[in-house]
Amino acid sequence: MTLHTPSSPAELAAVVAAARSTGTPLAVAGGGTRAGLGRPVQAAATVSTARLSGLTLYEPAELVIAAMAGTPLREVTEALAAKGQRLPFEPMDHRRLYGSTGEPTVGGVAAANVSGPARINLGAARDSMIGLKFVNGLSEDVKSGGRVMKNVTGLDLVKALAGSFGTLAVFHEVCFKVLPVAEGERTLVVAGLSIPRAVEALSAALGSPFEPTGAAHLPAAAGEAARTLIRIEGFSASLAYRTDALSKLLTPFGAIETLEADASATLWAGIRDAALFAGTDEAVWRFSVPPSAAPALAERLAPLSPRLVLDWGGGLVWAGIAAAGDAGAKAVHAAAKAASGHATLARAPDQVRLAVDVFSPPAAPLMAIQRKMKMSFDPAGVLNPGRMYPGV
Amino acid sequence: MTIAFPAPRADVLAKRDRVVAALKAIVPGEGVITEEKERRAFETDALTSYRRVPMVVVLPETTEQVAAIMAFCHAEGVPVVARGAGTSLCGGSIPQEDAVVLGVAKMNRVLDVNFADRTMRVEAGITNLAISGEVAHAGFFYAPDPSSQLACTIAGNVAMNSGGAHCLKYGVTANNILGLKLVTVEGEVVEIGGGALDSPGYDLIGLLVGSEGQLGVVTEVTVRILRHAEGARPVLFGFREIAQAGQTVSDIIGAGIIPVAIEYMDREAIHICEAFAKAGYPLDVEAMLIIEVEGSEAEMEAMLARIVEIARRHDVATVKESKSAMETAAIWKGRKSAFGATGRVADYICMDGTIPTGRLPDVLAGIDRIVKGYGLRVANVFHAGDGNLHPLVMFNVNDPAEQVKAEHAGEDILRLCVQLGGCLTGEHGVGIEKRDLMREQFTEVDLLQQTRIKTALDPKWILNPAKVFPLDAPRDEAPREAA
Repeated sequence: MTLHTPSSPAELAAVVAAARSTGTPLAVAGGGTRAGLGRPVQAAATVSTARLSGLTLYEPAELVIAAMAGTPLREVTEALAAKGQRLPFEPMDHRRLYGSTGEPTVGGVAAANVSGPARINLGAARDSMIGLKFVNGLSEDVKSGGRVMKNVTGLDLVKALAGSFGTLAVFHEVCFKVLPVAEGERTLVVAGLSIPRAVEALSAALGSPFEPTGAAHLPAAAGEAARTLIRIEGFSASLAYRTDALSKLLTPFGAIETLEADASATLWAGIRDAALFAGTDEAVWRFSVPPSAAPALAERLAPLSPRLVLDWGGGLVWAGIAAAGDAGAKAVHAAAKAASGHATLARAPDQVRLAVDVFSPPAAPLMAIQRKMKMSFDPAGVLNPGRMYPGV
Repeated sequence: MTIAFPAPRADVLAKRDRVVAALKAIVPGEGVITEEKERRAFETDALTSYRRVPMVVVLPETTEQVAAIMAFCHAEGVPVVARGAGTSLCGGSIPQEDAVVLGVAKMNRVLDVNFADRTMRVEAGITNLAISGEVAHAGFFYAPDPSSQLACTIAGNVAMNSGGAHCLKYGVTANNILGLKLVTVEGEVVEIGGGALDSPGYDLIGLLVGSEGQLGVVTEVTVRILRHAEGARPVLFGFREIAQAGQTVSDIIGAGIIPVAIEYMDREAIHICEAFAKAGYPLDVEAMLIIEVEGSEAEMEAMLARIVEIARRHDVATVKESKSAMETAAIWKGRKSAFGATGRVADYICMDGTIPTGRLPDVLAGIDRIVKGYGLRVANVFHAGDGNLHPLVMFNVNDPAEQVKAEHAGEDILRLCVQLGGCLTGEHGVGIEKRDLMREQFTEVDLLQQTRIKTALDPKWILNPAKVFPLDAPRDEAPREAA
């Protein structure tokens, strides 16, 4: 296994050029903390962004930060925190789910479009990504977007590449728009709701003018009552007002308790990182569905005895299922389809992820476009072959 | 008149009768427009100094008809220019003599409203404002609000990734779309995304939004709808010096305050818009900011107090809060009619560059120098919070030399934006207008990566031809295999 660690975009391009000319596929790696996400890649060589590191731009008054792709995410979040700012999309840290070590990188977050609970209000990673520099499978060093918040000049390759899992290009620099940290946060908790009632409560909160930045439900399990959670953020007068208003709105669903700053933050970090499944041997599926479809989805999954967590008002469903056999893949994809959504096998042993559809297969016409995209960026199939779909 | 159109292809013009017959077979009744004087209604868009009468216009009513039209035109190699309401400011929907204009305006139904999931599915020809109108009774709205929202369609918004005054908080079109029904150039119907926040595979919605009709024809759109804030209040801040306004914007954002909108107008724009809208704009200042905050009464008060304090630090000359819904409407009417009001005093071209907000004073000085250098006048209206500039360069349309000067001034302004770290267009799109400037911002390989996607999804390059990419942009004829 060869490991390439280019230290400049030119060196990165040379690595890809060599791989292409010898027909040697390259696995693409950042910090390696999310190696368990996607299908296992079989490649004789790996290109790592480890030495493509460092902040390249930070203008707090312009709400913009850029870094080389191999920069540890921590460096970005610390630089932002020092100026009272943050990445809006609250990226999940996959180390808890996978028990992996190392540092998540800026490039990894971009390549997997990693978002967290705040996605419901503040958008996904792709919504904050405003500029990208990358080397495609033809070893060309290309840029798209830039450092300004509004930019519609030419095709938006930034979004096309967000979440492409290294199968189209190797990123070497990413630019994000950022937001100020809210002055405070608070979580409203309603206990004891069934999943259908919980989704109704979350929907009522999300359809209110009070702008929740988190809307999750932890179903009853192991003797603990179910908890339905709504997070609000803002300055203190606003938090007080909104707590009051939301409590009134949610009266029909039961008594409201509140969790303050640290307790609230810890709780949401756990939801963000799917901490319920940390250290277990279950297969973990991640569903993206219309929120109102979540109750029927949960019912359909019941024969698999899943442990569930609902985020995004019900639009994101995590399910821990026995990893035996196909880890429920067939039933899971059918259930996702019935719920007008899709599913990703977020955690399972390599042999399972090689054998089943890790991502719900798109319909044929959509798959045809995906293949055309791959051909446009990486016609020789050098980069991360098969990470998303066999043959792509 | 400096932008070139390719000569119409004789082989396409020669089969006009066959094209018309085929379209009539697909779209019965009055959906096919062949008479020259009726086709002329489609010869231009909001970039009115350029116009070409299309070969034929077709106004389908269903996705199936669109698919059949595309399949036919693709097989025959006939160019297709998709069109919403024709409000593009960059010539994004200007046809050519050998093209079929495919107008989606008749496809304007609301297909589904889902308050529980906060989504709405509509046909692509519905207007931006009609989407919000459909859900206003329940206190909901669709967030992106381009100034042309009364007329422009969601199809055009998707094509151009339109923004608006309130995208500082709510984002642009790309951030508010969950699903698309796409008809490919071959006439295949593809469902992308839907009611979920993410769609599987590559982010084709992200690619298609803003692709200016280059990659396919969108016939249905699933949008996110949001609940209105409890209240909204714009406040006018007048400054005697331009730099004070710029510094106020920087300090507000630096203080961690993100208002819903921060709009900038210079003296010329203030006077033009006030004469039109009678909004109570201060007339004795060099620059004005319209800053809007949202929330409950107490939340707005608290946020405004902080903003006013920052503005006072920069010697704000006038602070005027809206005291009623009527005043709020007038304040926004003045801003949103800036283009139309300017059109009453002169012809103009509207630029759309974006700059890093910290460079606002530099770009203002630069615009002033450029425009004076050509002996012209300019009115500046900006989305100051996100650095998106709309200088309106004024000229006399009956003086061809002056029009050329205005176009050159506009190009110089956009070059300046790119030099300062910005881009050619923040929300209007490239169209024909900025097509030939793309090399200011992109290298040959940058362009080649874009044209490869174009070629992959439109191998004959029949969709909205001669737009976005320079006419001599690099392209691979077929995807290159390993050398």
